[in-house]
Amino acid sequence: MVPLSWYLILAAALFCIGVFGALARRNAVGILMGIELMLNAVNINLVAFWRHIGPDQMTGQLFAIFVITVAAAEAAVGLALIIAIYRQRNTVNVEEIDMMKG
Amino acid sequence: MRASDLIHLLPELILLGGAALVLLLDIVWLRRAEERRRQLLPYVALGVLLVAALGLIPGGGDNVSVATMLVFDPFALFFKVFALLAVALIVLLATPYMQTRTPFSGEFYALLLATALAICLAVSASNLVMIYLSMEFLSITSYVLAGYFRQDRKSGEAALKYFLYGATASAVMLYGMSLLYGATGTTDLAGLVAGLSSGAAGQSAWLVTPAIILLLAGFGFKASLVPFHQWAPDTYEGAPTPVTAFLSTASKATGFAILMRVFLVGMGAASMASQWISLLVALSVVTMTLGNLTALRQTNIKRLLAYSSIAQAGYILIGVVAVVSDSTRIFTGINGVLIYLLAYLFTNVGAFAVVTAIEDATGKLEIKDYSGLVRRSPWLAGLLFIFLISLTGVPPTGGFLGKFFVFGAAVQTRMWVLLAIAAVNSVVAAFYYLNIVRYMFFVPAAEEGEPIRVGRPLQGALAITAVVTVLLGLIPGPVILWASESARSLLLALR
Repeated sequence: MVPLSWYLILAAALFCIGVFGALARRNAVGILMGIELMLNAVNINLVAFWRHIGPDQMTGQLFAIFVITVAAAEAAVGLALIIAIYRQRNTVNVEEIDMMKG
Repeated sequence: MRASDLIHLLPELILLGGAALVLLLDIVWLRRAEERRRQLLPYVALGVLLVAALGLIPGGGDNVSVATMLVFDPFALFFKVFALLAVALIVLLATPYMQTRTPFSGEFYALLLATALAICLAVSASNLVMIYLSMEFLSITSYVLAGYFRQDRKSGEAALKYFLYGATASAVMLYGMSLLYGATGTTDLAGLVAGLSSGAAGQSAWLVTPAIILLLAGFGFKASLVPFHQWAPDTYEGAPTPVTAFLSTASKATGFAILMRVFLVGMGAASMASQWISLLVALSVVTMTLGNLTALRQTNIKRLLAYSSIAQAGYILIGVVAVVSDSTRIFTGINGVLIYLLAYLFTNVGAFAVVTAIEDATGKLEIKDYSGLVRRSPWLAGLLFIFLISLTGVPPTGGFLGKFFVFGAAVQTRMWVLLAIAAVNSVVAAFYYLNIVRYMFFVPAAEEGEPIRVGRPLQGALAITAVVTVLLGLIPGPVILWASESARSLLLALR
């Protein structure tokens, strides 16, 4: 069996890439993609932990399925907001969405 | 889960049915009806909230666990009453405001009922899965509410910023939850404390601090604690004013409720408590200091109240860090938090009600537009004065009572440095709150305006908030008793 630490390292790396994407991207859709990467890192963590520490209880798998479901709902609302913004200003660059400051 | 457990879920079920009912009424019947009929919808929503409140009576605070993920204790009951009250006040605030600004005001009330449902579930959740689900439910609904005016550029921007920060914060929080699950093999809060403090303690003790920090990203986002507050000023300014009032009170209180339950129940062992307490002390200091200093140079009233709300979160956090496990004492920290949140609900919603009234009549939101308000509308000026002195913490108001109990808990645990910083901050805060009072009473208006007309529902909201704000200061006994009783169920978990 592949050792648990490999999965954790993979998940941590994926999470860091996601955080970088969420912080560094200027395109709102790009930020959303970074967030999805972070959520997928969480899913890898959950399923790997479930496999290694308690395959008889479904908690980890169940949690991962909920995360996937909620991520879909969140993306739906997020993309709707982004489309609404795009219709108003013809841009989804977060640096140009700056009516309010201070 | 047994069928008889459903009695505990009665308020949640009523809210769910009520939200669906409001949505259906809006689509099927009222959308084609004339304007006058459509104004019935907020009253349907109020009715649903009232019935849900009655639904709390049979099984609200019995201290039972349902479906292993929800616990119905007096602490949860406190916040459910809180949520229903808050949403009812927001409905009153929104009634004239939304109708004049959007043709789709029906869904707004359905969404508000859904947020009430989300809060009811969130404050009962005793499992990380349920906490995540209910927080996300509340967040997603709030994103839509913040961006409710699709044609308004500020509203869209407010929602987008709220969404991007919120989604990132919840992903970070989830990562923390996945680590906690890995360390303990359970997502149940009571199991968490057992798993972290015994058995494989040597392996997983190092994990507590990182997990606390990761979880705090999610809770701090909801409660708008520095450094997870960046969304707050922009979202508060751009969102519809009733939604701003909601985000700054009910949504914030939910963040605190979850934070308290997770840290006290899930990490209540002494060795872990010392870790999150020292972290929260630091957060409290930066939150109130940064909130107050930035509030000083605001010119927009909604933005000023946003920074004030961040600063208030810093004070509230003092109650959490000053927690003592001995529930027979007068100041247990947690009861201070509950009293503070309740007083802040009425005070802040009241302040936003005045802002809504003035925005409705004049469309203006700058503080200088408030000059000469006392000649134009003495009542509104007087009420805003009450709310502002309550926010400052001057007796006899609810704000004073909250500060008294929170600071009292800090005196009891001898946190002198934190207290000194909080005291300095309160003085700074008085400066910008009273600056508004100065404009209203002593600066003459640039031009004479008409007296501001306030609609019936808003009058109701203003009357309720003002009366309760003052009554909390004059007759504090029942509320202190209720809050202490509610706090007790959480303190039992602290060892």
